[in-house]
Amino acid sequence: MSALPGSAEGTAVTGLDSSAVEVHGDLPPLTETTRAECREIMARYPVPRSALLPMLHLVQSVQGYVSPEGVALCAQELGLTKAEVGAVATFYTMFKRRPTGRHLVSVCTNTLCAVLGGQKIYDEVAAELGVHHDETTADGAITLEHAECLAACDYAPVVTVDYEFYDQQDVAAALELVAALRRGERPAPTRGAPLTDFLGVSRQLAGFSQHADAAAAQSAVDGPSAGVPTLRGVRLAAERGETAPPMAAGPPETAVFGEEPPETAVSGEEPPDTAVPGEGGGTPGAQAADAEVAAASNPAERSGAEQNHPDRPEPAGREAADRDAPAPDADGQAQSGSGTSVQREV
Amino acid sequence: MPLTPVLTSRFAEERSWTIETYERTEGYAAWRTALGMTPDELVTLVKDSGLRGRGGAGFPTGMKWSFIPQPKPGETPTGPAAKPKYLVVNADEGEPGTCKDLPLMMADPHSLVEGVAIASYAIRCHYAVIYVRGEAVHAHRRLQAAVAEAYAAGHLGRDVHGSGYDLDVIVHAGAGAYICGEETALLDSLEGRRGQPRLKPPFPAVAGLYGAPTVVNNVETLASVPFVVRGGSAWFKEFGPEKSPGPKIYSVSGRVVHPGQYEAPMGTTMRELLAMAGGVRPGHELKFWTPGGSSTPYFTADHLDVPLDFDSVAAAGSMLGTTALMVFDETDSIVEATLRFTEFYAHESCGKCTPCREGTYWLVQILERLVAGHGTARDLDLLTDTCDNILGRSFCALGDGATSCIASSLKYFRDDYVALLPADEQGRLGRTLHLEPVGAMA
Repeated sequence: MSALPGSAEGTAVTGLDSSAVEVHGDLPPLTETTRAECREIMARYPVPRSALLPMLHLVQSVQGYVSPEGVALCAQELGLTKAEVGAVATFYTMFKRRPTGRHLVSVCTNTLCAVLGGQKIYDEVAAELGVHHDETTADGAITLEHAECLAACDYAPVVTVDYEFYDQQDVAAALELVAALRRGERPAPTRGAPLTDFLGVSRQLAGFSQHADAAAAQSAVDGPSAGVPTLRGVRLAAERGETAPPMAAGPPETAVFGEEPPETAVSGEEPPDTAVPGEGGGTPGAQAADAEVAAASNPAERSGAEQNHPDRPEPAGREAADRDAPAPDADGQAQSGSGTSVQREV
Repeated sequence: MPLTPVLTSRFAEERSWTIETYERTEGYAAWRTALGMTPDELVTLVKDSGLRGRGGAGFPTGMKWSFIPQPKPGETPTGPAAKPKYLVVNADEGEPGTCKDLPLMMADPHSLVEGVAIASYAIRCHYAVIYVRGEAVHAHRRLQAAVAEAYAAGHLGRDVHGSGYDLDVIVHAGAGAYICGEETALLDSLEGRRGQPRLKPPFPAVAGLYGAPTVVNNVETLASVPFVVRGGSAWFKEFGPEKSPGPKIYSVSGRVVHPGQYEAPMGTTMRELLAMAGGVRPGHELKFWTPGGSSTPYFTADHLDVPLDFDSVAAAGSMLGTTALMVFDETDSIVEATLRFTEFYAHESCGKCTPCREGTYWLVQILERLVAGHGTARDLDLLTDTCDNILGRSFCALGDGATSCIASSLKYFRDDYVALLPADEQGRLGRTLHLEPVGAMA
């Protein structure tokens, strides 16, 4: 089958590329742990197929790309065909079809970054590394890509490494960044968590912390986020003494739930300068939580029924899903909502 | 207009993303208040506030919530009203120029979580998903932590604060596809499919996630909700014009001295925002800008005093979009900028609808040869003709958005295109034959 003429990208969006994924030897195996984690992801959703994207992030976090084996695992767990999973995997830019380097370096070359120097950065970095878009250096350190808008235009031009931001770059800074990465260093991002690697960040996107220990997980959450452009408006307002109109009073005659009455509910504007450093710590326990792997019966969504969305008849059992999930345990079962009872169709 | 930090008011707080900071600054007070109200009262409150969707389209939020079919008292519900309801947060920020939701989710994730809780309660849903753009990994991390903290504090989960109300919130990562910012494509993606838009109707309010009634709201919209509940609708209407009120995050980027996030009332003008951002870089002058991202027709120096609210911008020939103000000066080629944007749309077209898939591909070809100096006099009409065959002819607005920068640049800067034509082609311009009308264009 041939790709669309003229458009290399067309092959990605239409899935007409016959070599959707490459086969490579020497990959870390997908183990029973991976399978168990897949089921844990599936348990987060009323309909297991919703787990497919995070599951693809998960298999990518083990093998560095979405391998045929990864496709097969997702297909098996979700009761889909490999073709159906492949069709999804090849639609999305972040699912890689060839093994990725230790780090993924993305240079924004969309209009605004490009005119502010992003194109030059991309060209120089590509020349220095000797690779083109979506290619990996011979030492396996870096996969380079030019990226579409990364939603950081106020920090243009931007580069990301494993999707953490390196803001307001220029050619020299970007070259130094990739050189450091090749030396095995992990320069701190301007905004984002301390770098791990592409595998780690893929695990985060699957909904698991990329760190085994709670302290490291917390420091990832605490990585910097608000640079000067983010704070400019707030700081300028403080400088000028400008504020939002004060809130006169909250909505009247309402009962308030919870032990402590919100005595401060009727407040004026918040003075921006009263910040007291919060107590450190956060809730690592809550974060790390996640124990039970759903004793998963195998998923329900059989391929036939789902082709005809969105007006397809509602399979039985869906309704129950969102009411019957259990209370989070005392430590605060996180976003997985805790799985066991989120019902699946069978 | 003055700066009015509301949504951004916590950004500079120490450890602004933690629940400790959030609760110390009145966080979750609105959620407790909301739980003391009925869902219908909340919908009415948000309707009265005039809050309109911040994802670009500006649809009235309260009205959207009210479209969710609810069981009638005393009757056994049938049809959509009998199904579970879902709230899905569109956190798939990716429109070129747009950079408001990402800083908000990183700096103040709890304001979104609280907005999700209130909106879920108002539409009587018990399962909400925050669909975060995959590349926005730090926002994903912060939101996950915030949701975990909110569960631990009893703001989410079973029997929230003894109200009998249950709510689960999931943080879900996308995987790199701009089209998933379109609400029905987002729903397909969330169902584990390729992110391709659905034909509407039915609208998500009737048949959304898993075919059940679903509200899809933008991040900034939902983050505004706790403030509406705390301040009341009258307070909210103190910001900006009556028909599109509220505080708004304006993202100024590009050729300005101080790019950044500036929160001001709806209806603030570009002249005011440029002044806040230190003006265009010294020695240069503004040439063109976008009021709301790459899908909104360009504005020029003639539009500096257009109030940036939904209706005024529309009346001036563009769209407020996501208030992504990308500023370009006289050193930037508008044709090259337009080519870049068009390449983006060609890359991100999902391929479902022929006019968009093929049209964006051909637009790139035409613009490329114009930029390379190989254009013909006919190409300018061909661009317009191709745009006419894309606009309004596909399921979603991606194709429509792709035509905005082309049509508006031809409108305001046709001479820039002409200047790229070879001399002999320029001579042919006046004598260009019109293209044969195609189909419904006639």
